[in-house]
Amino acid sequence: MDKLQLMAMVQASTGIGIGLMIGLGALGACVGVGIMCSRFLEGAARQPELMPQLQAKVFLLLGLIDASFIIGVGLAMFFAFANPLLAVLR
Amino acid sequence: MAASAELTPTEYIGHHLTFNTHPFGDGPFWMLNVDTVVTSLILGIVALGFMWWVVRGATAGVPNKRQAFVELLVDFIDVQVKDIFHGDRRFIAPVALTVFLWVLLMNAMDFLPVDIMAKIYEHVFHLHNWRGVPTADVNTTFALALTVWALMLFFSVKIKGLGGWVHELFCSPFGSHVLLWPANFLFNLVEYVSKPLSHSLRLFGNMYAGEIIFLLLWMWATTGTADNFYSGTIIAPVLGLGWSIFHVLIVALQAYIFMMLTIVYIAMAHESH
Repeated sequence: MDKLQLMAMVQASTGIGIGLMIGLGALGACVGVGIMCSRFLEGAARQPELMPQLQAKVFLLLGLIDASFIIGVGLAMFFAFANPLLAVLR
Repeated sequence: MAASAELTPTEYIGHHLTFNTHPFGDGPFWMLNVDTVVTSLILGIVALGFMWWVVRGATAGVPNKRQAFVELLVDFIDVQVKDIFHGDRRFIAPVALTVFLWVLLMNAMDFLPVDIMAKIYEHVFHLHNWRGVPTADVNTTFALALTVWALMLFFSVKIKGLGGWVHELFCSPFGSHVLLWPANFLFNLVEYVSKPLSHSLRLFGNMYAGEIIFLLLWMWATTGTADNFYSGTIIAPVLGLGWSIFHVLIVALQAYIFMMLTIVYIAMAHESH
């Protein structure tokens, strides 16, 4: 097949892959953060005096939950700009 | 940046994301990212040197603002360690403080504007490729995470003894029956491998993705005048402002999370069953 055609095929698949990586990662991260924050609001409503400590824990857990998503975004960016699958064709 | 030819977007991003490498031998393993090493060394000296300088002039009477700031910082870290680790804090708390300060300063290099810094590196220091954020290099974050991992292994073996550690490797958490040994070992292996991986890649991913999003936004801002004045030039700086403010939070938060996980992993290594 024509080399240009092959490259276009690889790029198209990579584009879809990048979209899925970022989209599904964002879905998981946002649902997880939403659940955690709703529990925080519930807990803060029950015991307002604990709110500062709970808030500190919320930020810590936010970073931990976001981890896989951000790793996915990093990988997706890597595929977007330095696609190793294209290197085979060169 | 090349002023003669026009850069394509990929070339612009590629130029900003190329390391200043120096080969120390044959093969890709022996390429050293000089920019990462030099920047992280300088920042480490700045961070710890500042602490040392303030502590050297410390008084037991009324503290000046510098000393009060350092005392606040040390107290903050001490409280965090005390909440998690109920043993002798004299080793872990300084490790936590070093990790926190160093990672915070390395992350904060991301605040410096990319293109202005590139101009400075190009014209003042004559470096064609220089990446200023050490923690956006996977090598730095892996080095930090592997050091924490080595500390974790060291403390595990020290507290439980070599025999006790191997016993725990094969017999927890399912049981000490011989048939369960492979399951236990696989479980523990996954735990031991996933900890440094997630520890390092979380920090790397946040910083690297942050840099790329900044580059993409500024590219959109500069090319917006080409077709539609409103799309790039107006919206991109607004989004860029929002992302910058968010990134300030991320920089501090990721340094804090890295420190907390360091404390948690080393504290968990001290537990014996």
